Amino acid sequence: MYDLIRKTSTVLPEDVVLAVKKALAREGSGSIAKTTLDIILKSIALSSQKSLPICQDTGTVLAIIEGRPGKLVFHLEKQIINGIKKLTNEGILRQNCVCPLTEKNTLNNTGMHVPQIHFEPVNGPTRISIMLKGGGSENMSTQYSLPHSKLQAGRDMEGVRRCVLDAVFQAQGKGCAPGILGVCIGGDRASGYFIAKKQLFRKLNDKNPSPLLASLERTILKEANEMGIGPMGLGGKTTLLGVKIGYAGRHPACYFVTVSYSCWATRRYVVELTEKGDIKKWI
Amino acid sequence: MDIKHITSPLQHNVIKGLAVGDMVSISGRIVTGRDQIHKYLASGNKSPIDLSGLVIYHCGPVVIKEKGRWKITAAGPTTSMREEPYQAEIISKLRPGAIMGKGGMGDKTRKALSECGGVYFHAVGGAAQYLAECIVKVEGVYLEEFGQPESMWVLTVKDLPALVTMDAHGNSLHDHILNDSSKRLEELFSQRFNVKK
Repeated sequence: MYDLIRKTSTVLPEDVVLAVKKALAREGSGSIAKTTLDIILKSIALSSQKSLPICQDTGTVLAIIEGRPGKLVFHLEKQIINGIKKLTNEGILRQNCVCPLTEKNTLNNTGMHVPQIHFEPVNGPTRISIMLKGGGSENMSTQYSLPHSKLQAGRDMEGVRRCVLDAVFQAQGKGCAPGILGVCIGGDRASGYFIAKKQLFRKLNDKNPSPLLASLERTILKEANEMGIGPMGLGGKTTLLGVKIGYAGRHPACYFVTVSYSCWATRRYVVELTEKGDIKKWI
Repeated sequence: MDIKHITSPLQHNVIKGLAVGDMVSISGRIVTGRDQIHKYLASGNKSPIDLSGLVIYHCGPVVIKEKGRWKITAAGPTTSMREEPYQAEIISKLRPGAIMGKGGMGDKTRKALSECGGVYFHAVGGAAQYLAECIVKVEGVYLEEFGQPESMWVLTVKDLPALVTMDAHGNSLHDHILNDSSKRLEELFSQRFNVKK
């Protein structure tokens, strides 16, 4: 687990790097946007070469273990926690856990409910998904309850579109644009945020199995990039690198639209494990 | 784009000569400060070093100690807006030459910068390795009790790239982008979503 978390902190996933490169090509020469993206790409290359953090905010660790219930799950949980402590010591993860009661930093990235490790029973090979999400982008994540009178957003796909575009506008550059959005339509207050965040594990070039959501993803991506907010909110053609939308059944009385904003440094990997718990392949 | 090379602490005439949209390359001494430091200084506590003319960098670096010496392994900017409640007070009391961070700041800070003669530099968020390479020396650290990201690190930097997004003349690029994108959002809201295959 040490290697997996280390790579997540230091090597940006290929699909994200490719999206930043495409954005660079799109921006006008000599523009602030191009200069900004150029520095971002140089920094990405440096972090990978030196095996050092892509961003100094190495985020909070989210781990999802999928597999058959058994001893391996507990073994993995222990390995994740030990890996995090070691990486914090080595300066690959920043000391990012503060106890809100004492206001003291725990200094090792573990604490009450930290790290977040979820287990989902699956009758198949064991998979681990790791995400490091920074605090700046997490602060830009938000949830809407429809109908929303100010946005004139009703309980339909047009209402969803309005909420998501508003979230992009509200975030401006503060979530480290160009960002990637994970969105959940439906669910409850808690599951909405979790399912929205899980969308960020999807590869940027994947295709949503729902034609309706695939169309909504394309529309929002195109329109958000017409807003002119640009990289870091300094103006330009690239405000988002991707939009990924999932959904969950909702209570008849509730209609939530939840947006998980992720910075350009979207750090996540999914691996399949052998029965012993070693990495078999990167997904 | 032309790049202006400047040295921190910043001279008053240099600050006045900077305008929104200028690319700068910063060398000299800068100090880090984020939430805890801002709260501490704004509550009237004395700064451990003289901040006049210096760049205050909103940054919580990753630092390790190697052979008894501090080494910064990552050092990009953090969101500046969190310091909005404190920044104007600190600018008027301690007279730093510039604030550096990401995302820009609000009206209170914009006014303080223009009244006291200061600018806001926008560094590239997340570019932690590129920016760490610009730090050539850790001069010292103060207020370590706040934890590593929240301490006041005194650094020597060389050729650190940034953009002036708020100047000493009351201009803000962030206000401009906010207004333009707000108009654009209104236009988008006048259209409706149609499923496209």
